[in-house]
Amino acid sequence: MIQQTSPEIGGMGHSVKRKEDRRFLLGKGNYVDDIHLPHMVYGQLVRSPFAHALIKSVNTEAAMRVPGVLAVITGEDLAKAGLAWMPTLFFDKQMVLATGKVLFQSQEVAFVVAETRFAAADAAELVEVDYEELPVLVDPHHALDADAPILRPDREEKSNHIFHWEVGDRAATAKAFEKAPVRTEVTAVFQRCHPAPLETCGCVADFNTATERLTVWLTSQAPHAHRTLFALVGGIPENNIRVISPDIGGGFGNKVPIYPGYVCAVVASLKLGRPVKWVETRSENLQSTGFARDYHMRAEIASESDGTVKALRVQTLADHGAFNAAAQPTKFPAGLFSICTGSYKFPNAFCEVDGVYTNKAPGGIAYRCSFRVTEASYLIERAMDVLAYQLNTDPAELRLKNFIRPDEFPYETPLGWSYDSGNYAAAMNKALEIAGYRELRKEQEEKRRRGELMGIGLSSFTEVVGAGPAHTFDIAGLKMFDSCEIRIHPTGKAIARLGTKSQGQGHETTFPQIIAQELGIPVSDITLEEGDTDTAPYGLGTYASRSTPVAGGATSVASRKIREKARKIAAHLLEVSEEDLEWEPGKFFVKGAPSKAKTIQEIAFAAYTNIPPGMEAGLEAVDYYDPPNLTFPFGTYICVVDIDKGTGEIKVRRFIAVDDCGNIINPMIVEGQIHGGLAEGLGIAFMQLISYDESGNVQGGNFMDYLLPTAVETPYWETDKTCTPSPHHPIGAKGVGESPNVGSPAAFVNAVVDALSHLGVRHIDMPIASWKVWQILKEKGVAA
Amino acid sequence: MPSTRRVSIQINGEKISAEVEPRLLLVHFIRETAGLTGTHIGCDTSSCGACTVLLDGRPVKSCTLFAVQADGGEISTVEGLNRNGQMHPIQEGFHLEHGLQCGFCTPGMMMSARALLERNPHPDEQEIRWAIAGNLCRCTGYQNIIKAIQYASKKMAEGVSA
Amino acid sequence: MIPASFEYLRPGSLNEAIAMLSEHGDEAKILSGGQSLIPMMKFRLSRPACLIDINRIPNLDYIKEEDGYLKIGGLTRETALEHSDLIRSRFPILHDTSFVIADVQVRNLATVGGNLAHGDPANDHPATMLALDAEIVATGPQGERIIPIKDFFVAIFTTALRPEEILTEIRIPMNGSRRGGAYLKVERKVGDYATAGVAVQVTLNDRGDVQRAGIGLTNVGPTPIKATGAEGALAGKQLTDEGIAEAARRASEEAQPSSDLRGPAEYKTALVQELTRRALYRAWERAKK
Repeated sequence: MIQQTSPEIGGMGHSVKRKEDRRFLLGKGNYVDDIHLPHMVYGQLVRSPFAHALIKSVNTEAAMRVPGVLAVITGEDLAKAGLAWMPTLFFDKQMVLATGKVLFQSQEVAFVVAETRFAAADAAELVEVDYEELPVLVDPHHALDADAPILRPDREEKSNHIFHWEVGDRAATAKAFEKAPVRTEVTAVFQRCHPAPLETCGCVADFNTATERLTVWLTSQAPHAHRTLFALVGGIPENNIRVISPDIGGGFGNKVPIYPGYVCAVVASLKLGRPVKWVETRSENLQSTGFARDYHMRAEIASESDGTVKALRVQTLADHGAFNAAAQPTKFPAGLFSICTGSYKFPNAFCEVDGVYTNKAPGGIAYRCSFRVTEASYLIERAMDVLAYQLNTDPAELRLKNFIRPDEFPYETPLGWSYDSGNYAAAMNKALEIAGYRELRKEQEEKRRRGELMGIGLSSFTEVVGAGPAHTFDIAGLKMFDSCEIRIHPTGKAIARLGTKSQGQGHETTFPQIIAQELGIPVSDITLEEGDTDTAPYGLGTYASRSTPVAGGATSVASRKIREKARKIAAHLLEVSEEDLEWEPGKFFVKGAPSKAKTIQEIAFAAYTNIPPGMEAGLEAVDYYDPPNLTFPFGTYICVVDIDKGTGEIKVRRFIAVDDCGNIINPMIVEGQIHGGLAEGLGIAFMQLISYDESGNVQGGNFMDYLLPTAVETPYWETDKTCTPSPHHPIGAKGVGESPNVGSPAAFVNAVVDALSHLGVRHIDMPIASWKVWQILKEKGVAA
Repeated sequence: MPSTRRVSIQINGEKISAEVEPRLLLVHFIRETAGLTGTHIGCDTSSCGACTVLLDGRPVKSCTLFAVQADGGEISTVEGLNRNGQMHPIQEGFHLEHGLQCGFCTPGMMMSARALLERNPHPDEQEIRWAIAGNLCRCTGYQNIIKAIQYASKKMAEGVSA
Repeated sequence: MIPASFEYLRPGSLNEAIAMLSEHGDEAKILSGGQSLIPMMKFRLSRPACLIDINRIPNLDYIKEEDGYLKIGGLTRETALEHSDLIRSRFPILHDTSFVIADVQVRNLATVGGNLAHGDPANDHPATMLALDAEIVATGPQGERIIPIKDFFVAIFTTALRPEEILTEIRIPMNGSRRGGAYLKVERKVGDYATAGVAVQVTLNDRGDVQRAGIGLTNVGPTPIKATGAEGALAGKQLTDEGIAEAARRASEEAQPSSDLRGPAEYKTALVQELTRRALYRAWERAKK
């Protein structure tokens, strides 16, 4: 149990209002595009109109003649410096600026630098690139065909196959399937989509020729990792690089990779000795950076006749686009996809994934999830519904029957995970109760009799977050610990610095709340700083819901280190032995004599003025936390939809979300995270799609066609929680930012399929547009 | 050199004059010429509303308007919301109801809210949802933004009656 | 997103604007609300050498009843329709239409005239004006001329306006007291262009027969479509369920949609039928009031 602190201290469990709000509310946020440096110039990329083409020549003469143009950098220029290619985060390389050929539409071909945005834009149009079109490979299912064009002749393996990966026991699973009386399957595509944070990616690169230091203001979710990569790739001594992530306008995984534009801006600044700003447009953002998913999946379940599941088999084709630029920190090519057994007790499981290249933008990134968890969760939650239909069982009952029971934790899954804690039935029962599940089913039955279409969809997901334990996680070899450094000032105020970087999650409030919890220093007295690699301790950044599980652990442990030193100082001040002291948030007091006490503020002052003999002055600590395991948040979501038979339009009538993320630091912020993730799940289920036509032209490359939900499509979210603390985490927290995005797509889709299930419908691929529903209704003869 | 034109625009009560190219978007005038970076750019198709400001009292997308068009006009931006160090009830509502996360959509969202409340001081939930349909938020799922606007509506009504 | 350079002209009067248009010809574009034009310029899909900003021309922004017509000035903003009592009470179809165009911010600048003059079959007012049998007042060097709306939309992004003409007014006949109309649109999300849209306006005579019916279709062909067959099916008859179903079926036959990201053609055709049906019922309701 977490000890409750007073509202003045504002430790864990208090809905402390956010400390960071004020600057944003006043319009004084400081995002990358807000940075303006003296003598700053502007970069603009020239991009390929073709999905696959040879570059026969690049002529920059006309562009160079535009007044104000300072440089036009081409792939050939970069090649001379050995920078035309850069390593991806997952054992591949990608072009910075194309040399020889382009591999996807909107690929970066040249970089124009000019005194003004106007000149850069005008000149970019005048860069003449002579292309010769090549056959285009769009469909990943044809990537391995004998007549498929080989996209990557630069690789040793002359094939579009990137990897095969498998996990689990193939033979035992096959055997279980042979024996099982019930077998079911679903083929589901988790479509290519894009996180589209409202701020696009960009940077200001400033190489100071006098100090020979490079400062890069970067839309980065992982500033330290990016500094190291700049050093390794660019050959600049790491001490001469300073990466600053200022305020970030949303990330959702989009801002984990290093993009060609960043590298070009750095190269241009090195070349010109002037600060170079490059900020991508929305179209560039959607067409060339960090897509997510594009998983073509098939799941089979074997079960007993009573619905007890016996085995799960999963096959997946992963479309990685032109380069395997997967921005993921696991050692596994499909990331954490093997979480696909979900919340259920599968005695046997086997999962295999093949990755292929296509002429599409490279990726992918983990869009508001630990890598590939959303795909896995969606697949198993869809498959469980399909099984329920096959058995003619209620989907809630089927789930309750197969849940891992609370007394079975820690639970070892057949695909190698050790779930830390859970009480799945509790979350589900609570959700069913809030929804009024039985009444809803009754209503549905009545409506069906009247010919109306209503559906109820469930998803009882298990998430895996908190990358991650050093034994399974790294980025380019960097272990996935995170860090916190805390300094207590003489007046009892504090500053903390972390290796993470908030993009809206409220770190400036929640991490001080952990310190307040551990040390009793009021939240208002604690400043939090992140994102400046010159000042913050090394950390791997914020994504994969890892900040609380990892940096939260570091914050807690660092605070405890301080408390231990404070105990010694208190004992000295009170002239008792350490063992005679008791702690309550904010002070040490003598056992049995509560009036004999020293507050943390008094102790802090003493740390600089009256320290025990032999002790170092000061009161500070740093901790690098390597989590012993991941954490496994979970929950149950219920969605209710109504469908218009005449138009196929879907209305989400209700959405109930019961989440369990362990101990909660700030309930208000947790709820806000859940609202936001659910809205993203809604978008993915019904709207968000990056597709390509047969020539490889991007469809959905701007906000006219890449549809994001507005306040009108978004329903009222009914949220609640259960609390099952993580046993291995210092404060029992699990992380929550991604659960709603991981768990909700299945709930939305299950609801729509449920509305049509009596017609024999078992699956519809996302995004479920009205026309898809209408087509089904027409096919079944029930369109109005 | 392309021809330029002198424009004068009142922004939050302060007159800003500059010689600009006609193709300069109002949002760039606000952010770069006037140095008020609270107004953001989130897209290129007039879809996201991050650049929303009030032009002569009405919310518009400043990325879809040339600065020359606003010549002689009055612009209100997020920076003009608070007066004499006092937060506007809308700002207060966004803070108290947790109506913002990354903060990028917030200025535009608040300007849309302000225009709504000036025209319709007691909007219901649906009216609020429609009034902010031109402002995308990727973080909040809108619910707390709606609560924030409801808070402001109530607070402003109290202010009027007080 | 930086548009190509252009010359900016700001006429203070209609005559001045027309003179500028005559001088610059094809090189020039009228800048009205700019909500379609400016995004296209940012993508450099449109690169006029010269923009003639007509927003400062006086007396082009009005909604009034005059000589048996509802008259809407060429510069009238969409939000003005939305907030006009005259429109709300007498022409709810126009309120329906404005309200589903883009979003508040866009509607504050976008003009009704621009929505028509752009000649975009995806825009919403063309269908409504076709349903209403509106007349377009075009003003050029020779003065005003009236273009019946059915002759206005020539081809995709092309109208009957001559290069030196400006759309200065829209006139909608106000004959008949038992009138009702409705505009219905299916869109992928709020603010999107229509997947399909249908505008319906009916006038009933004293016996309750349909004196005239107007039906316009949005985004289901290269131009906005006037569903004359469906209109004909209704004219002179009582409105009945069967009649409405028949008109809806005919309207769907008149649609010429193509498949795209908004859906397959057959879906859009079906939408036209369904929306025509619904819009007719709503129009009927309103006409009976």
